[in-house]
Amino acid sequence: MAALRPRRRALVSPLCRAFSGPGCQLAPERAGERRDTAPSRVSGFCPPRKSCHDWIGPPDKHSNLRPVHFYVPENESPLEQKLRKLRQETQEWNQQFWANQNLTFCREKEEFIRSRLKAKGLELRTGSGQKATLDAEEMADFYKEFLSKNFQKHLCYNRLTADAEGAVESEN
Amino acid sequence: MAASPHTLSSRLLTGWVGGCVWYLEGRAMQESPREFIRLFRSVRKQWMTFQHFTFLRRMYVTQLNRSLNQQVKRKPEPTVSPFLERSSLAQAKAETCAMRPLPPPHLPLARKPNDKELLELESASVIEGSLDVGRETKEEKQWKEMKLHLDDLPGILARLSKIKLTALVVSTTSAGFALAPGPFDLPCFLLTFVGTGLASCAANSINQFFEVPFDSNMNRTKNRPLVRGQISPLLAVSFATCCAVPGVALLTWGVNPLTGALGVFNIFLYTCCYTPLKKISIANTWVGAVVGAIPPVMGWTAATGSLDAGAFLLGGILYSWQFPHFNALSWGLREDYSRGGYCMMSVTHPALCRRVALRHCLALIGLSAAAPVLDVTTWTFPAISLPINLYISYLGFRFYVDADRKSSRKLFFCSLWHLPLFLLLMLTCKRPPGATCAGGEPRG
Repeated sequence: MAALRPRRRALVSPLCRAFSGPGCQLAPERAGERRDTAPSRVSGFCPPRKSCHDWIGPPDKHSNLRPVHFYVPENESPLEQKLRKLRQETQEWNQQFWANQNLTFCREKEEFIRSRLKAKGLELRTGSGQKATLDAEEMADFYKEFLSKNFQKHLCYNRLTADAEGAVESEN
Repeated sequence: MAASPHTLSSRLLTGWVGGCVWYLEGRAMQESPREFIRLFRSVRKQWMTFQHFTFLRRMYVTQLNRSLNQQVKRKPEPTVSPFLERSSLAQAKAETCAMRPLPPPHLPLARKPNDKELLELESASVIEGSLDVGRETKEEKQWKEMKLHLDDLPGILARLSKIKLTALVVSTTSAGFALAPGPFDLPCFLLTFVGTGLASCAANSINQFFEVPFDSNMNRTKNRPLVRGQISPLLAVSFATCCAVPGVALLTWGVNPLTGALGVFNIFLYTCCYTPLKKISIANTWVGAVVGAIPPVMGWTAATGSLDAGAFLLGGILYSWQFPHFNALSWGLREDYSRGGYCMMSVTHPALCRRVALRHCLALIGLSAAAPVLDVTTWTFPAISLPINLYISYLGFRFYVDADRKSSRKLFFCSLWHLPLFLLLMLTCKRPPGATCAGGEPRG
């Protein structure tokens, strides 16, 4: 079994990698500058040694994207390494974008609720200690404002995504 | 011991939700009593208080629901969701967001304790040293190997191709085929059925491939296969191609080129126009309505080989139906759309959203009256479809006036049964061969 394993792995590993891709498949063009500002997201997770596949984790609590731990085969060619690094960078870039997006959303939502409650002369917490919330129609103003404020940002993100998809496909 | 988790959980949850949990607990007890005994032994070993044990027991019980569903962060969606998800969501409501890991490493943690349980925990003698181990093990357990399991593949592909939506699309195509004049050609029907189904699977898979990061961030879509890594993007696109090519080929050469062309056009419209437009402009809803209108037209052209007035009528009916259906659905998703950057009427132009929904509910009444004029059905049809059309228009009006979640949900759920019933009524009132629109009474 041990003797068979390396040979089988050699056949199976390219297939494994081809069919076991990550959740996101985009490559950034500005990954370099992004990476300098991105906070480290390395998790303590280590896949078992006998595994020859990528591993996917639980959704990140800020970006909601699932991180992928990429498998590095022993006989990785330079092109495969380049692809893996591209995928890794893409993943980090995406994680950073969405984490930033979600945190901004939550923060601005809190500020909006606080300001509206203050305008109405209400406390942030009701008598029973529960957090006071605004109803859906009041929140709708915030949702509209947030969407229009971030419209350009999303346009750039989607454009980068579309451009970069071609890059990764050609590498693949 | 066996009785208490049941009563405890039933006290926490009410009604049928509690019933679901009770049933699941029963299953858990039958399937893994050994786990429970191990838990009991660890409790005695570490000198925990009774309250702490109660808390641990509740954690074990709620963990069962957790293992069946993804962890929920937000309140539930109005759309149809499996009942298991609903029971875990109800439990999530009962607990707040403070994070406190527990010592025994073999006890899988899932739920976050509420304030009362936090106090109990702090009063118990918790061993701090094993906290980190507990936390790491918990996180490690959530990592999954991205290996394809062939037994899971059918389920994964079904979810990837949005099989339920595909089934609805194919049924509208079948309705179009059945409503078209001429004798019913079974082989042609089957080819159309399969071809359209494959084309729809392909379009849905490509759509999911394009939208992974967005789907991850929305509650309604975060359990999709590509988001969870159950299938690789390469395999998803390969599957889409393997559906699109035979699907379109079947339609083009098995049925007729017009139907094939409509199929290709629809796939293109959905994946390359509607999907990107969702993030650019609210016009996406109108494009999406055309995407929904094309399948019954395809059914008609498959049967007759030409795009006549009846085909456009059916397309018009489905086009109009999309608006109350989608606008009502999107009303409850405004937060997710806003955060994800989707340009939807419900977020940017809420009044327009409701107005358009109402407008198209009323249009359905008009279109049902046009059916006998165009010789598709008899005059019985507008008469017998009037009650359901008036009802959906009434709900559309309520949605327009009230503009709240309740009215949007009512309109959405009504649209789900309104369409099949509407098409069925149309079918029963189909113009028999040879009868003309003069007089309007069916012969024979």
